[in-house]
Amino acid sequence: MTNVSKEYKTVTEIAGPLIFVEKTEPVAYQEMVSVRLSDGSMRRGQVLDSSEKMVVVQIFEGTSGIDLDASVRFLGDTMKMPVSKDMLGRILTGAGDPLDGGPPITPEKRLDIVGAAINPWARDNPEDFIQTGISTIDGMNTLVRGQKLPIFSGSGLPHNELALQIARQAKVRGEDEEFAVVFVAMGITNEEKQTFMQEFERTGALKNAVVFLNLADDPAIERIVTPRLGLTTAEYMAFELGMQVLVIMTDITNYCEALRQVGAAREEVPGRRGYPGYMYTDLAQLYERAGKIKGKKGSITQIPILSMPGDDITHPIPDLSGYITEGQIVMSRELHRAGIYPPVNVSSSLSRLMGGGTGEGKTREDHRGVSDQMYAAYAEGKDLRGLVAIVGKESLSDKDRKLLDFADIFEDRIVRQGFDEDRSIEDTLAIAWEILGTLDADQITRIDRKHIEKYSGRV
Amino acid sequence: MSKEGVIYRVSGPVVIATGISARMYDVVHVGEEQLMGEVIKIVGDYSTIQVYEDTSGVRPGEPVTNTGNPLVVELGPGLLQSVYDGIQRPLPVLRERQGDFIERGVSVPGLDREKKWDFKPTVKVGDTVSEGQTIGEVMEDTMLHKIMVPIGVEGKVEKIDKGSFTVEETVAVIGGRNVTMMQKWPVREPRPVREKYLPDIPLITGQRVLDTMFPLAKGGAAAIPGGFGTGKTVTQQQLAKWSDAEIVVYIGCGERGNEMTEVLTEFPALEDPKSGDPLMNRTVLIANTSNMPVAAREASVYTGMTIAEYYRDMGYNVSLMADSTSRWAEAMREISSRLEEMPGEEGYPAYLAGRLSEFYERACRAETLGGDEGSISVIGAVSPPGGDISEPVSQNTLRIVRVFWALDTKLRERRHFPAINWLTSYSLYDKQLRDWYAANVAEDFPELREWAMIILQRESELQEIVQLVGSDALPDEQKITLEISRMIREIFLQQNAYHPVDTYSPMERQYAMLKLIRKYADLAYKAVEAGAPVDRIAGVPARQRFVRAKLEENIDEELEAVSRDLDAEFKELGV
Repeated sequence: MTNVSKEYKTVTEIAGPLIFVEKTEPVAYQEMVSVRLSDGSMRRGQVLDSSEKMVVVQIFEGTSGIDLDASVRFLGDTMKMPVSKDMLGRILTGAGDPLDGGPPITPEKRLDIVGAAINPWARDNPEDFIQTGISTIDGMNTLVRGQKLPIFSGSGLPHNELALQIARQAKVRGEDEEFAVVFVAMGITNEEKQTFMQEFERTGALKNAVVFLNLADDPAIERIVTPRLGLTTAEYMAFELGMQVLVIMTDITNYCEALRQVGAAREEVPGRRGYPGYMYTDLAQLYERAGKIKGKKGSITQIPILSMPGDDITHPIPDLSGYITEGQIVMSRELHRAGIYPPVNVSSSLSRLMGGGTGEGKTREDHRGVSDQMYAAYAEGKDLRGLVAIVGKESLSDKDRKLLDFADIFEDRIVRQGFDEDRSIEDTLAIAWEILGTLDADQITRIDRKHIEKYSGRV
Repeated sequence: MSKEGVIYRVSGPVVIATGISARMYDVVHVGEEQLMGEVIKIVGDYSTIQVYEDTSGVRPGEPVTNTGNPLVVELGPGLLQSVYDGIQRPLPVLRERQGDFIERGVSVPGLDREKKWDFKPTVKVGDTVSEGQTIGEVMEDTMLHKIMVPIGVEGKVEKIDKGSFTVEETVAVIGGRNVTMMQKWPVREPRPVREKYLPDIPLITGQRVLDTMFPLAKGGAAAIPGGFGTGKTVTQQQLAKWSDAEIVVYIGCGERGNEMTEVLTEFPALEDPKSGDPLMNRTVLIANTSNMPVAAREASVYTGMTIAEYYRDMGYNVSLMADSTSRWAEAMREISSRLEEMPGEEGYPAYLAGRLSEFYERACRAETLGGDEGSISVIGAVSPPGGDISEPVSQNTLRIVRVFWALDTKLRERRHFPAINWLTSYSLYDKQLRDWYAANVAEDFPELREWAMIILQRESELQEIVQLVGSDALPDEQKITLEISRMIREIFLQQNAYHPVDTYSPMERQYAMLKLIRKYADLAYKAVEAGAPVDRIAGVPARQRFVRAKLEENIDEELEAVSRDLDAEFKELGV
C-alpha cells in the first residue's frame, strides 16, 4: 500500500486478455492495476495471480494495442466502487462510469465489489410478495423478497422486453417501503442499449433505478465485473439504506461466455463444455447475494435472465443456475410463435418460495387454491391437445372439451398480456375466477369451498 | 512447533508459501489477516496451501504461520444444538462478532469456553482406564454425554473430581496427564473403533417404502438424488424425526442460502416426536452455503463426520446427512484445477472415487473402544447436473453405497409421497437384513416383501401393454394384478408425512398392512377363478375401508376389521 507510485516497464508476455509483468514489490491478489500504453492511453486491470517476481494481470478493456513497452502501475488496493443514494436515476457503463452525460458518482462509501457471504444464521426467511404486474409470475410463480428467480429464455425470445416490463412495474405492496431496481445488462448490442435507455426514460422507470450497461463490444473481462458492481450497489441500498431492491441481470449466458474466455486465456483446465470448473461457485457468488437479513428492513431480490443455448435446459449454464436459484420462469418458443406475449411456459416454471409469499395477509386467501387449480386444468387441457390431434375434438366428452378450451382461454387471458399492461394481483385473480367459470363446478377440486362461494358466487 | 514463513504466490484460494517446514495437512495462518488454511502439497521448500477464506488483497511477502497441527475439530459437551460453518466456527457467535456478513480472519473456538458443565465421574481414583473408556458423564441438556479417555492416554486414575467445569478445566489426571472434557481430533482421520460389525440391523425409520422396500442398515450408507423439487427436504426431516438414531448430524454443503435458512429455522422448531423435546437437542447442524469459501466446503463433510464418530464412540446411533455430496465433489474439482492437477473424468480429480469411498467407509456399526455399540448411518444427497446420473459423482457414489432412494419428480407431480420410485430404487442390504426381519417382525416378512416387489414389477410390464392396447384387452387375472399393485402403491407406499397417524408406521403395522394386501390378493385371484366379475372384486367395500384405515386413530383395530370384512365380502363372491 506504500509503493503506489512505482511504475514498471517489465511486461514480458501478453496473451489474450492477460499480461505478465515482472516486479519487485509485493502485489496483492486482486489488486487494481493501471497500464499506460505507448500512445499514452490508459487501461485498467486486476491481478489474477501474484507471486514473488511475476504477476498476471487481466486487462478490463482488452489487450489490443498493448506492447512490451507498456508501463504498469499497481494501485495498492482491491477493486472498490463508490456508492451513493444519488445513483438512483443514473445510467452507467459496465465499469461503473457515467453513460448518461451526468457527473461522476460522489461516493458516500467505497465498497469492495466481491462482497462477503451472508452468514446463514443471519438470513431471514423470504416470505413477502413482490408484485411484478405479470400474471404468469404473480399468479402462478410468485416472486418473494429475497428470492432469486431466473428467467430461462432462448435467443430470439422477448426476454429483454419482459425484463424491462418487470423493471418498470415491479413494486412491493406496503405503506412506507422504498423500492429500487438495479438493472444490469451484460454483453448487449448497441441497438438493445438504445432501446433500454429510451424505455427507461420514456416510462419514467429510471427515477427508481440504477442501470449498468456492458455492451457486446466491451471487453469480456469487464462483463465479469459488471454484475458485481450492480450487486454491490444493491447491497448498499438494501442493507444500509433499507430499500427493497430488485436486481435484474441480463444475459447471464454472456457472462458465462466471458468466464470461459478468461479461463481459456489463463490456460485453466476446463470443465463441462469448456466452462471453468469453478463456474458453480462463481455463479453462486452472484446469485447468493440475494436475500433478507434478520433485523434489517431491506432485501435483495434477483431476476437473472439467461438464454439457453439451443433451448437446452441441461446446458451447464441453466443447469448450474437451477441448482442455486429458487425456481425458474421458462419462456416457450411455441407460445412466442403463436404470438403470445410474454411467452411464459407455466407448466415448466416453478417458484420454490411461492408457498411462503402467498395467501392471506400476503396476497389473498384464495391465491394458492386458484393457482393450483389453473395449473392442473391447464396441464390436463394441454394433454388433451395431443389426443385431439389423433382422435379429433368430436370424440371428447363434454368435460374434456371444457378442459381443452380452458387451455386456450388460459393462454389467451392469463398468459397473454400487453407490454404496457400492469396487472395487480387482484386483477390477475379476477381474470382467473372468470376463466375458471368456464369449467363445471365438479371440475374445481383444488379450491376451498368457502373461497369458491366468496369469489365466484357459485354455490 | 509453530514456524514462520512468507507467501511466495497467491492465486485465488491457493497460496504457496516458503519457509514453514510444513507437513501435509498442517493448518497454517496466512497473511496479515491470519486467514486459515491447510497445506495440501509440498514441493521442496514450497508448500501449497488451500485457504478457507477469500484471499483478495493478500500479497507475496506477507507472513505465514504454521500451527504444526492438522485441521481438528473440538469434541466435547456443547456440540449438540450448535450451528457451525465448514470449519467448526459457530455461526451465531460469528454473527455476534462480525455482523451479518462473514468477514475474514476471525477464529472462534467450536466449543464455548465460558460455559460450565456438571461433571459426574463414573470411575474412582485408582482405577485403571484405557483409551476411549468412559470416565464420567455430563448432561448436554437432555442428552447424556459420556466423557471418554482421549486416544493416546491410559493408565491409573490419579485424580478425578465431581463438580462444575468448563471444557478446558482439568477434570481428571490419568497416567500423569491432565484430562479435560474437550478433546481435539484431526478431521481427515477416522476415529478408531475396536471392531467393525457387519451391518445386519436395519435403521428403522417408520417410513414404509424405506423400511420394508429399501431398508438401510444401521452403519450403512444410502444415496438420494437431490434434484430440485423432489421432496428431498421432507424425506430428510422425516428421517431426522423418526429414525431410531439418537443423534442427527446435518451437513449443508454448498447449497442455497435460503434453503439453509429453511433448515436453520425449521429444525430448531421441530419437536422430537418420541420425547417431546426440541429435535435440536440431539442435532448438530453444519452450514456452508455455495458462496462461502470453497475450501471450507471441502472440509465441511469431514468436520461433520468426525463429530458423528465422536457420538458413535459414546455408543449412540448417529445418522449423518450430507447435502449435497455433489457440491463437495465440485469443491474438490475446483481446488484440484487450481493446483493444475491432471484432471480425470469431466475435470474431477482422479482421486474423486478414492475420497468418496474413504468418506462413506467411515459409516459403520462397531464396537467402540469403550466397549459400547454405536453406529453411523450416512445419507448422502447427490445433485447430478441435468438430472443425469451417468456423471462421475453419481456413478462413483452408487458404486460405494448400497442403498439408492430414487426421488422422482414425476411421482411428486402425481402427488405420490414420499416420491421414491420403487422401480429404480434399490437396497443391497435386503439379503443381510432378511434374518433380522424374519426374527423380529415376522417369519414370512421377507417373502411378503419380495411378493410385493414382484407385483410392482409386473405392473410396470403390464402398463406397457395397456398403453398399446388399452386395459380392456387384458385377461381378468392381469386386471386384478393391476388392482393389487395399485393397492400397494396407494395404501402401502404412499405415506403422508403431515398426518399424525400416517407419519410414522411401526414395523408391526407395516407387516400387518402388507399382509392384508396379500390376503386381498389371494382372495381376489380365487374369486377370478370362481368366475366373479373384476369390477366387483375391485370394488369390494372392504378395500375402501382399508384406504381410509391408515388415517384412523385406531388403525390397528381398523385393519383387523378390514380383514374380517374381506372374508365376509369375498364369501359373497363365491370364495
